[in-house]
Amino acid sequence: MNWEQLLLVSILLSSLIPGIIIFGLPEERHRLRTILNLCGAVVKISLIVIMDIGIYLGHTFEIRMPLIPGVELLLNGDPLSALFATLSSVLWLLTTIYAVGYLEDSPNRSHFFGYFSLCVTVTIGIALAGNLVTFLLFYEMLTLTTYPLVIHRGTDKSLRAGRNYLIYAFSGGAVFLIAVIWLQNVVGPVDFSATGFSPGFTDSHGTVLALIFVLLILGIGVKAALVPLHGWLPQAMVAPAPVSALLHAVAVVKAGAFGIVRIVLDVYGAQNLLLLGVLPLLGGIATITILYGSLRALQQDNLKRLLAFSTISQVSYIALGMSLVDQPLAVIGGLVHLVHQGLMKITLFFCAGNLAETLGIHHISKMNGVARRMPLTMAAFTIGALGMIGIPPTVGFVSKWYLGLGSLAAGNWWLLGILAISSLLNGCYFLPILIRAWFGKQQESWPEELYVGRFETRLMLLLPPLITAFTVMAAGAVANAQISPLAWVRFIVREYGL
Amino acid sequence: MIFLNVDNPSWMITPIIVPLTAGLLCFLFQRKTFAIALSAVLVNLLAACFLIGQLLTCGPMRYSMGGWQAPLGITLRTDGPAVLMLLMTGVTGFAITLYARGYFSFRIDDPGGTDRHQQQQRYFWPLWLLLLAGLNGLFLSNDIFNLYITLEIIGISAASLAALSGKPAARLASFRYLLSSLLGSLTFLLGIVFLYKSCGLLDLDLLRNLTENGPGVRAALALMSVGLLLKTALVPMHFWLPPAHANALAPVSAILSALVIKGSFYLLFRLWFEVFASSITTEALNVMGGLGAGAILWGAIQAMRQHRLKLMVAYSTVSQLGYLFVAFPLSRAADNAQVWSIVIFMAMAHACAKSAMFMSAGTIFLHFGHDRIQDLTGVRASLPITVLAYGIAGVTLMGLPPSGAFIAKWLLLSWALASCQWWWVLVIIAGSAMAMIYVFRVISRFIVIPEGFSSQKLEFHSRLLEWPALALALISLLLGLVAPWLLHILAKGSIDLTQILPGGLP
Amino acid sequence: MITTLLYSMTGLILFGMGLFTLIVHSHPLRKILAVNVMSTGVFLILIATAYTPLGQGEVDPVPHAMVLTGIVVSVSVTALALILACRVQETSNLDLLKKKTVPETAKESTT
Repeated sequence: MNWEQLLLVSILLSSLIPGIIIFGLPEERHRLRTILNLCGAVVKISLIVIMDIGIYLGHTFEIRMPLIPGVELLLNGDPLSALFATLSSVLWLLTTIYAVGYLEDSPNRSHFFGYFSLCVTVTIGIALAGNLVTFLLFYEMLTLTTYPLVIHRGTDKSLRAGRNYLIYAFSGGAVFLIAVIWLQNVVGPVDFSATGFSPGFTDSHGTVLALIFVLLILGIGVKAALVPLHGWLPQAMVAPAPVSALLHAVAVVKAGAFGIVRIVLDVYGAQNLLLLGVLPLLGGIATITILYGSLRALQQDNLKRLLAFSTISQVSYIALGMSLVDQPLAVIGGLVHLVHQGLMKITLFFCAGNLAETLGIHHISKMNGVARRMPLTMAAFTIGALGMIGIPPTVGFVSKWYLGLGSLAAGNWWLLGILAISSLLNGCYFLPILIRAWFGKQQESWPEELYVGRFETRLMLLLPPLITAFTVMAAGAVANAQISPLAWVRFIVREYGL
Repeated sequence: MIFLNVDNPSWMITPIIVPLTAGLLCFLFQRKTFAIALSAVLVNLLAACFLIGQLLTCGPMRYSMGGWQAPLGITLRTDGPAVLMLLMTGVTGFAITLYARGYFSFRIDDPGGTDRHQQQQRYFWPLWLLLLAGLNGLFLSNDIFNLYITLEIIGISAASLAALSGKPAARLASFRYLLSSLLGSLTFLLGIVFLYKSCGLLDLDLLRNLTENGPGVRAALALMSVGLLLKTALVPMHFWLPPAHANALAPVSAILSALVIKGSFYLLFRLWFEVFASSITTEALNVMGGLGAGAILWGAIQAMRQHRLKLMVAYSTVSQLGYLFVAFPLSRAADNAQVWSIVIFMAMAHACAKSAMFMSAGTIFLHFGHDRIQDLTGVRASLPITVLAYGIAGVTLMGLPPSGAFIAKWLLLSWALASCQWWWVLVIIAGSAMAMIYVFRVISRFIVIPEGFSSQKLEFHSRLLEWPALALALISLLLGLVAPWLLHILAKGSIDLTQILPGGLP
Repeated sequence: MITTLLYSMTGLILFGMGLFTLIVHSHPLRKILAVNVMSTGVFLILIATAYTPLGQGEVDPVPHAMVLTGIVVSVSVTALALILACRVQETSNLDLLKKKTVPETAKESTT
């Protein structure tokens, strides 16, 4: 085993081992648990950064483990997995800090943090998966590890949401499994590679491959919350705020979107997909999802549900970028949105959690004048919301700019229109909140003011959204610099030779 | 010392002789029963490992006990599937033995009813060891009449074990179990008679080379299959299984569900795919597949409807058995070693997972005094490891990666898609989806701790009740990762059918 | 040939009768007897296969060995089944034998 393989294994172990230890810890070992969590997160980030540098310098990170003929587990660090792994590990650190603050004095923390760590291990596994079988393995495990987090509160409502989540996720998993096996029967074992399988198969098995592509997208679309497979997501909002942040920004939805990227770029490859002619279908689903999510978000009064529908809409930008796979600029836009959406959405969820935890505010109608009580939180929220709308210099603008350029280059004027309408709708549901929060008058006392202290809320709750909000601004402002998500995405696209 | 040589085939009597002797010793020395049983299952496990090593170095072997040749003597033989089934029995049996120790000492320490429980323990050990000897004999025997004898030994000891709990329901269930089992073995014996009448042979290897394919052989095969199906509890002949498995003591349920039905299934599969492979028609395979599909769906539907944990687990056994039979019609897309691989993966994963589930259910029953699923909220707070074991075993039942069941389902689905038999795909997926529902219906109750829930503090706590279940569950989950190793044993130890039958399976 | 056939047919008929009784009748004792009749039928066929007309070769010993073993098995299984049936009777509420019911208190002591 060389150092590259050792690194891959230790990246996975750096959150798995703390997770297992945490399960065994008694409830009251608060400090030890926090230390374990934070150490795990920091170690993981450092290891992943080393891997990033290694990948940039051209090292190959690969572990193969054959199971049965034609089925093997393959962990592979390529630039794309580095992007997702880095995003997940950084956001995990912030979410862990936030969760420690959020769950202070609540019961069952060992349970919560144990699954939290497992969940991140699995997410990193998804990032590092080098073929569809490995991807499937971690994809199913992700469902298993997030389920206890969704039903963490133990109320009937959360049980119902958990049940729906399971049914959606495992049905998707089953469809995905069939598609993977079928694909393997047709084209043989497929590793993720820059070109996809050989174009010869497209000539001989065109219809079957197109059908398999649809099945794959259907299977993975459940986690990516593509309409009409999105039903579980708004319901899953009953989970605690850190879980919502993790589910929507990092783990589940993003894993689905990442899966779409993998299928489009690495399994089929641009060339095959153009020959098969299935891309307009993906583009169509993405467009419908973008508009539907925004329209539903307009009707919501519950802040977290609004954010959930906004997620449904925003994640589809990634799918939209992938549907223009022959346009490098659109691919850049889609890939970079993977990171950017994560940053923005996690900021918004942190802020929503702060409002709920500090003042008991769950609904937009109760938010009048809340910015005067919690200026920093609302400032972060504002930056996230402006990013969602796509106002420069936030990262949201960068994504939309590239998506727009890509659709122009493809000659798709109507896509530009969709982007404009979507931004308009985003504005329609975010701006009233901002106006209400900053300029509205507080009419009644807060529903339940839980925290009174030196800062507007607990420091551990306040810091993570501020950091992410700052990143949303900074990464947008210096998008063209040497080190930024955009720069890395350009590196990826160069690797794919687009 | 020629006897001690590694390549001496007489080693293969160890897994039969040792449990048998230990069972007799248990009757004689009633104070040391656990020590005797533990050493017997340990030796049994080691012997299984040794036989695997022997198979890998020397290939398949035959041994005639006492130098008596067939047809009067008892011939044994090792090959890939046989040693893997021995390994499965060895590992599961070891864990069950440890668990049974914890189970009985827990109940004996419990104030009230001590006498009864001590008596149960006294009978449990010899019966269990006898059953183990019978199972090992079944896996190793190469003579069809000896197979009948082992079936009877298994049937008798299993029915007596099922009656141990002493509850009226358990006694009635075990009586019905005994009668069904008897009916099955008598039908099997009638099949043997037909076979002997038409061929005059009893040795499996000789029968395999038989080219005759007359009505006598077909009738014999049909009778033997029906008998074995009854013992394997394939739908619609499963009526005896749920009450017998659900009403028995927890370690007994684990033994019955994990090992006993695997024995008769193993024999059936061996007859169909090795001995009489040339007489099998596509229609017959499809009938078996159809019954298997019915079992998957019916068992799962029943499991979803149950209110008692143990009954649910028992019905899930009915459902999981179906997968083994769905492999029948799909086998034509594969060669011999591959057909065995699917059965081995499914059987091993199910044996470990199901015994872990029954052990967990038993532990929960012991601590809470009931197994009504509705009232089992928050069990995690009191028995975290048991719940974890139950959950992991459930993941295996659903066939999620990297469990052994996943490998089996992957192969099944792959063959079904390759031969365009998509209806099996639907059945397998539907079965897995329903398994998800019946597994999570329970787990979500276990792990949820509602607000204001005060966990029951437990006075007794035995590690032997929790850890064997977890170990078995983990084995079942990680079985997929050692798949290449198992395949290696199978490939090394199986006799290539294509050499005997030109053109492969019909 | 005729002799073998005669015995074999008788054996099959016995097997069938036993099977019928086993399925149709609910009484435990009848079921046990039915199983015995079935096994007798099987043994009869088995012995018949060993038959060779006088002077035409030796008698096949294998079926005899099998029948002997089978009888031993059958006896022990019958014993077990009878005990189980008695226990079922003692504790069952159905009381199929119409014997006097064992009082509830006696239940525990007999187990």
